[in-house]
Amino acid sequence: MFNKWRAQASIVLLLLLSVFSLPAFTEESITDLGLPLSSLEISKHAITIFPDGSNLPEGQGSVLEGKALYQSKCMMCHGEKGIEGPAARLAGSDGWFSFSDPLRILRIDKNPVLLISVGGLWPHATTIFDYTRRAMPHFAPKSLADNEVYALTAYILYLNGLVHKDLILNKQNLVKVSMPGKERSVVAWPE
Amino acid sequence: MLKTKTIKPAASGGLLDRRSFLLSGIALSSAYSLKALSASKAGEGRIDTDMPVWAKTPGHNDVEYGLPSEHEKHIKRIQAKNTPETSTFSMWHTPIENQRGIITPNGLHFSVNHNGIPEIDPQQHTLRIHGLVGRPLKFDMESLLRYPMVSAIHFLECAGNTAPNAVSLTALDQDCQELYGQISGAEWSGIPLKYLLKEAGIKPEAKWVIVEGADGGSHARSIPLEKLMDDAIVALYQNGERLRPSQGYPMRLLLPGWEGNTNVKWLTRLEVTDTPAYTKDESGLYSDILDSGEIQRFSFTMDVKSVITHPSGKQTLPDKKGFYEISGLAWSGHGKIKHVEVSADEGKTWAKAHLEGLVLSKSLTRFTIPWRWDGSATTLLSRATDEHGRVQPTRDQWRKKYASYSFNHYNGIQAWHINSDGRVENRYV
Repeated sequence: MFNKWRAQASIVLLLLLSVFSLPAFTEESITDLGLPLSSLEISKHAITIFPDGSNLPEGQGSVLEGKALYQSKCMMCHGEKGIEGPAARLAGSDGWFSFSDPLRILRIDKNPVLLISVGGLWPHATTIFDYTRRAMPHFAPKSLADNEVYALTAYILYLNGLVHKDLILNKQNLVKVSMPGKERSVVAWPE
Repeated sequence: MLKTKTIKPAASGGLLDRRSFLLSGIALSSAYSLKALSASKAGEGRIDTDMPVWAKTPGHNDVEYGLPSEHEKHIKRIQAKNTPETSTFSMWHTPIENQRGIITPNGLHFSVNHNGIPEIDPQQHTLRIHGLVGRPLKFDMESLLRYPMVSAIHFLECAGNTAPNAVSLTALDQDCQELYGQISGAEWSGIPLKYLLKEAGIKPEAKWVIVEGADGGSHARSIPLEKLMDDAIVALYQNGERLRPSQGYPMRLLLPGWEGNTNVKWLTRLEVTDTPAYTKDESGLYSDILDSGEIQRFSFTMDVKSVITHPSGKQTLPDKKGFYEISGLAWSGHGKIKHVEVSADEGKTWAKAHLEGLVLSKSLTRFTIPWRWDGSATTLLSRATDEHGRVQPTRDQWRKKYASYSFNHYNGIQAWHINSDGRVENRYV
């Protein structure tokens, strides 16, 4: 008797929950041509890494390994110190001038995109991992293994003075790296 | 002869009142001079004596896909020089000063590509929706083409359009294509994205969607769900034909009024989340550095802006004085253009321009005003106001908000200086 009552109550509760958990935007869909997408297929395509570290893969890479990779695959576009260009500035502050880089104004004159900087502006280190893995190097995107992406991320952080040269980067310590761009952030949305 | 007495001025500097100008008859009258037929005997005259060769010979057949006249071959896009030569990042500017009306031809639409243009086989292309949804779904081209579609005319503008005027200390001698070539207008047709999101069933905690392209760099942006459920379109057609590869073939996201970079091309994946991902472009290149040093993120909407295209930078007025129609384009990512004011005396006096043709929300809007140039040096300005009362700022007002090197979302009033020899130059006022 008691069990029966409990079963009924849980059905009522389930019904109530389903009413109240209706999605905010849900109206009945007029279309139904989409096909089910399996979890396996999702896991193959969901490459976005979030600032809290979710979706970071297993693996690791050291600053030292990153340096070697950087010199063979990145330096020709980003420069030895990550500041010379012509491609995006990876290290140092943003803006026209920098005491640590007396030639900056000449570099900007040639490549205006060097006004901005990964190390100066990006608020989350997870984005370095995400973008390197999906898009770099430009001539062979998605060709790096996860361990190599950890190593390159570690080296870019090291070029910015944000981590020690002995660091071995992984999913646990990557999210703990504090980027200077985070404190300066203000969000314009919603307007 | 021109009956100049009846035309009222609209402001000083030679701006004319359009109504009295039209009534005066100048707009309609043109100097007809009929040549006297050469004398010949009755019955022996031929009509081919003064005709051009193309009126005396049969024309050629048409072709499968038409191209512009050989005489218009010089009207083309130019690639901006200031992108790193080692990368596949490229910016192609539209010759906006050659456009009339509000639609940019597909072959001339501006294009900014961060990782080159992929050649996608539509038969193998898939659109996937997953994350905070009840039913993760995938769609192929065949089924998407069966969905209900809408068409809408909208502008697209790169956040970095007119960047040289934002950051250069002196006004560079550049033309409209160089300064304003990262804007275009088109009719986009496709599926309202909300249909697909509703089909997948959005969960209540969802707030953002990470939108991704199928290009080499898997370009991604975090977009508020609110916008996607409002007026976002999965665009399959542009100006009546399927998208060109440089515009995202086989499909792109179209977010009316929002910065070009968020209108993800080669659209392939939508991950519904409760938080933005801080992708590469929303972490650096497409943020604004404020005067305070703060980094402003997710400033999506392109603000109210205008530019006179006729005449404009590096052109030379053909006659030292006389009648011209000033014409230009205005737009606002917030809604419709309400009015555009034009000054022909460097901002001392202003007159309202005529809004020509369609005035649509988040669309290029054509404005015109008749002008009689007296031949002396002067400066032309245009200032747009949208339906929400947002007014274009002066360059100085805009500059005060941002760090000296911040170049996105520039919408300051454009000044074109007319030299007494007729040459038009970019100018700061």
